[in-house]
Amino acid sequence: MSKNAILEQYEGALPTSVGKCFPSERTVFRGLDLHSEFKDADWIELYIFSIVGRRLPASQLKVLQSVWVYTSYPDARLWCNRVVALTGSTRGTGAQGLGAGLAASEAAIFGRQPEIGAADFLVRAKAELDAGKDLEQIVREELKRHPRIMGYGRPVAAEYADERIAVTLAMMEREGMAIGPHLALAFAIEDMLEKVAGRRLPMTYSSVVVAIPLDLGFSPLECYLYMQPSFVAGMIPCYLEALERPAGATFALRCDRINYTGAAPRRWEE
Amino acid sequence: MSDNFSTTIHSRLWHEEPCANDPFAADVCRAGGYDVYGDLLGKVSYIDYLYLLFKGERPTAPQSRTLGLLAVALANPGPRDPSVHAAMAASVTGNPASSALMAAVAAGAGAGGGAREVLLAMRAWAACGTDLAAWCEHLANPPAPRPAFWPATGHAPGFAEHGVTCAKPVLQLLACLRDQAPSPQLDWLADKRAALEASTGIPLAQNGVVAAALHGIGLLPDEGEMLTLLLRLPGAAAHALEQTRHSFRQFPFFELDLQNDPAAREPA
Repeated sequence: MSKNAILEQYEGALPTSVGKCFPSERTVFRGLDLHSEFKDADWIELYIFSIVGRRLPASQLKVLQSVWVYTSYPDARLWCNRVVALTGSTRGTGAQGLGAGLAASEAAIFGRQPEIGAADFLVRAKAELDAGKDLEQIVREELKRHPRIMGYGRPVAAEYADERIAVTLAMMEREGMAIGPHLALAFAIEDMLEKVAGRRLPMTYSSVVVAIPLDLGFSPLECYLYMQPSFVAGMIPCYLEALERPAGATFALRCDRINYTGAAPRRWEE
Repeated sequence: MSDNFSTTIHSRLWHEEPCANDPFAADVCRAGGYDVYGDLLGKVSYIDYLYLLFKGERPTAPQSRTLGLLAVALANPGPRDPSVHAAMAASVTGNPASSALMAAVAAGAGAGGGAREVLLAMRAWAACGTDLAAWCEHLANPPAPRPAFWPATGHAPGFAEHGVTCAKPVLQLLACLRDQAPSPQLDWLADKRAALEASTGIPLAQNGVVAAALHGIGLLPDEGEMLTLLLRLPGAAAHALEQTRHSFRQFPFFELDLQNDPAAREPA
């Protein structure tokens, strides 16, 4: 097959297994009729089904949803929330603010990057452990490859325990969900890091929020997609409150809040 | 927790002198030390100002010519391009202008023909220089995407995944750049194009030329990625506006071939 034959193959009716709407009739969602099969479903059930293509028990969905609840922080200083608040401040729309806020949650120091980094490492570390490798060796080798291990150490509170972890473990216990191998490994890595690095690098929520779905059979990509809405509930109040303030008054900055360290004043010679 | 954070924005790029009677309004704005409204305006071209903003220094004449040529080449990928398609899909259904450009940025950002591909190709330039063997090795074994949420593309960055032969506009861009803004990188790319295409099995793409040109004028990969995102927006904006004048029924809706329709499995 020549290369452009691939595009020609997809040029006609687009093959799909994820769904199709039949206006005024029905909608198929991953092979199921949306309005009959999901007529009593909570949104989280459908959302998780959209990612992994299978329906999870209510207890597992409750834990997964609680993770979103516990990390919904309506603190407009937090960087992704700040994007939403600034959008409100300039009287942009809610969709623009939330869309940009969601995109700004793929940060290196919080949100999606630590999460997918932690998921990637947990999957690799577990495979190596299962193959008989020693955890200390795994951690030391990872620290040789990368300056830090994603999911350990926190930018805004480096010395403190992540307050979201205990409530999540309590929710898991209430819902009868045992600590699975990835979550157990995440805790073991925290202990090992202290030994190897010589200082405590507390596990962050990033590790927990991917270890739980990994233990439910999610892939790292599925963990990443599962976490997409996790900050949204915290963003909305930031947007609304910015709307309540005078336009431009959210995080107002006077000129001298720019600390300029560049070139001295000069003329543009033509 | 704010104790550990700066109270000011640190910048080597932008300086403001406040109005005497309003500390929140600037009397003078300087970019790279140049007075934007008191000196640059009326003197500087948009392209030179763009370069100044990115690099903190005014461009040399070859840098300015390169960026000007790339700005024209990148301005409109055309309505079949996914980024422009996304912008049109947003606007033809009546979304705000910002939705259309957000859509264009999202669909034009990836490593499969988008701005991320320019970054990856520029990293290849940084890693391989003009060493053909290093290039062939790099293109055959590209680094895994980082952060890991970037999907892998499966093709060599800067080359057209589904191309059959090198597209005429790509060759025209390369030739024009070599003629009007020559650089060792562009000469090497033209000289080694056949060998690189033989190595990858696919033809050179516009992003490959863009990456070589941007690397040649001293831009870093992240600067090249950001510039590509920016410079591709005019076409998306224009096509989005054009579609707002049309009915959504004049815009393709496509056909789907549902492979697992439960109704099809039910007995007649």
